[in-house]
Amino acid sequence: MSQDTRQVATLKIRRGSPRDAGRWETFNVPFEPGQSVLDGLRWLRINKDPSLAMRFSCINANACKECMMQLDGATVYACTARLEPREMTLTPLPNKKLVRDLVTEIAPPSERFK
Amino acid sequence: MISEPIAIETDVLVIGSGAAGMYAAIEASRGGAHVLLADRSLIGRGGATVMAQMTVAAALGEETPDDWHRHYDDTIAAGRGLCDEALARLLCEDAPACIRELDAWGVGWARKDGHITATTAPGHDRARCVYVDFINTGPAVSKTLRTVMARNNNIKKAGDLCIVDLISRGGEVLGAAGYQLGSGAPVMIAATATVLATGGLTRLYRRNSASTNMGGDGYALALRAGAALIDMEFVQFFPIGHLAPRLVGMDPIMWDPFRYKLGGKLLNGRMEEFTSRYGSDEDGKYVLTRDLATYAIVKEVEAGRGSPHGGAYLSFEHCTEAALREAFGPVIDRLAENAIDLTKMPVEVAPIAHYHMGGVAADASMATNVPGLLAAGEVVGGANGANRLSGNAITEALVFGRRAGRSAAERCKHMTRPQLRPQDTCEALDLLRAGAARRGPNTAAMIARLQAIMADDVGPLRTAAKLQRALADIAALTVELGARPAGRAASFDLERLDWFDLRNMLTVARAVAQSALNRSETRGAHQREDFPETLPQWRLHQRVDWRGGRLEISGAPVAAEVLVS
Repeated sequence: MSQDTRQVATLKIRRGSPRDAGRWETFNVPFEPGQSVLDGLRWLRINKDPSLAMRFSCINANACKECMMQLDGATVYACTARLEPREMTLTPLPNKKLVRDLVTEIAPPSERFK
Repeated sequence: MISEPIAIETDVLVIGSGAAGMYAAIEASRGGAHVLLADRSLIGRGGATVMAQMTVAAALGEETPDDWHRHYDDTIAAGRGLCDEALARLLCEDAPACIRELDAWGVGWARKDGHITATTAPGHDRARCVYVDFINTGPAVSKTLRTVMARNNNIKKAGDLCIVDLISRGGEVLGAAGYQLGSGAPVMIAATATVLATGGLTRLYRRNSASTNMGGDGYALALRAGAALIDMEFVQFFPIGHLAPRLVGMDPIMWDPFRYKLGGKLLNGRMEEFTSRYGSDEDGKYVLTRDLATYAIVKEVEAGRGSPHGGAYLSFEHCTEAALREAFGPVIDRLAENAIDLTKMPVEVAPIAHYHMGGVAADASMATNVPGLLAAGEVVGGANGANRLSGNAITEALVFGRRAGRSAAERCKHMTRPQLRPQDTCEALDLLRAGAARRGPNTAAMIARLQAIMADDVGPLRTAAKLQRALADIAALTVELGARPAGRAASFDLERLDWFDLRNMLTVARAVAQSALNRSETRGAHQREDFPETLPQWRLHQRVDWRGGRLEISGAPVAAEVLVS
């Protein structure tokens, strides 16, 4: 385990809201085998940029199903997708209305505030 | 830009959409009320219910004869003399009806020979705990209640709506103030009855088994509105939370159901069984209560006999592959994806913050001491005393939720809807419109710091020195946070959400640490290394009130003694 602690995962994240042009931001986060992409994103908020917007609730159980996003163009749950020591591209779900950064409107219409 | 708040009126406002909140909404609407169900996350997805992988206690008596009195006796015994008897009685007496109603709604309780089957969880005198295989209890309960609500036009649902304060006038709650996470827009809700169903406080701890939205917000909302809290020092640590190797896609409390089925051996770092050293021999069966198991593991680690990551080993290596496959079902494959083969290796486990016995003081109609404010589920204090029995958490969510919904509808029958005046909402609105011109402190990092303070100094084993240090650290964080929110009223601003969360979390952390410091004895989940005995004079609830921005703690007798008369 110790030989891996200095490895990093590079998260290239699509950020912005419907009211701006959007931008790419890239962050390095520490990598340990077995970690999830959500582990990396949570580390990032605590240690680099708390303004990053993402949805998650249950952290690890894959029960809430809130942390859906795209990893390298494929839809994943960030809590079960593995972090890897390479560049990983994270984007919001393309078929849902963008709220901000990695957050999209994923609730069924009847469960949204109107 | 200053936006006008969105104004909403409803008969019943339910805050939180776990099992307690959803059942309250359903029952209130059955009683004729129009309901708004608000959740800061997605409806039925956040909170603790959806994560409950285990069992639900109810004296159904389908396989083994049973009676709610026996369930009650076990609940009272587990509570170490501190259960509120009226709440414990309600929990046990109404449990079978709620379980059967969920069955009728199609939740899918595991069955054998046509009967709902039950398992024996530690602390129960017989098989009493129903479940949905495999570790699907919580998701099934959540989904079932969501489906029932979907057919009901009198329940409006509002996800991504964060409530930041209750609105009150003259000691009565008239609704709540919050904001829409997606837009940042303030929202003012007038309600004849408000039901808090916000769950517990496990997010205060670094390692916890709950959702990120369980930061004790309901306790803080209740306090600031004049409601009393009780038993805040009693935080239950789940002794065998998963520690290592890293396991994704599974809740850390996942091992318990398999211990029910297969036993499993708890071993120290030297691969020796050790619980007998602490007064309880496991003997291959799973009988150790949560408070004792937590104590045993922490002490073993302190003595230098922990597992490599600072816990204990849990081994199923004595079980055959076929037995494991039968008990674990598809979970075996998910473990394999994480490179865990239970026939060849133990896993490491350690205590993890799991549940809070304390909370808002409520009577058996779920009314708080503040008119217009009810509570349901884990946010209610008292039913489980100093130590909750396995299986009672979802039960109390269902039973208390249903009861609170009924009481809320009842109140609406003889009260008119309140009209909010500007002076009722100006304080909350002022806070919701506040925006920091400069960048505030890193609120995500502050939450992590608070979690470290609570884990290290207000954890399962406590001393006066640790608790005093925690109180000083919490006070320093409170100063750092400031009186106005960071960020701005923009779309999905998590820094702002963190600020509102910290405002509540710091208040609640203080209530826990101060109550723990006061209680100079050991009882159930509250274990004081400097006061190891359980003392008869401490058979009382500590009550926390909010007066002029300060916490006031006083003692009150256990409700049982009052209610007997």
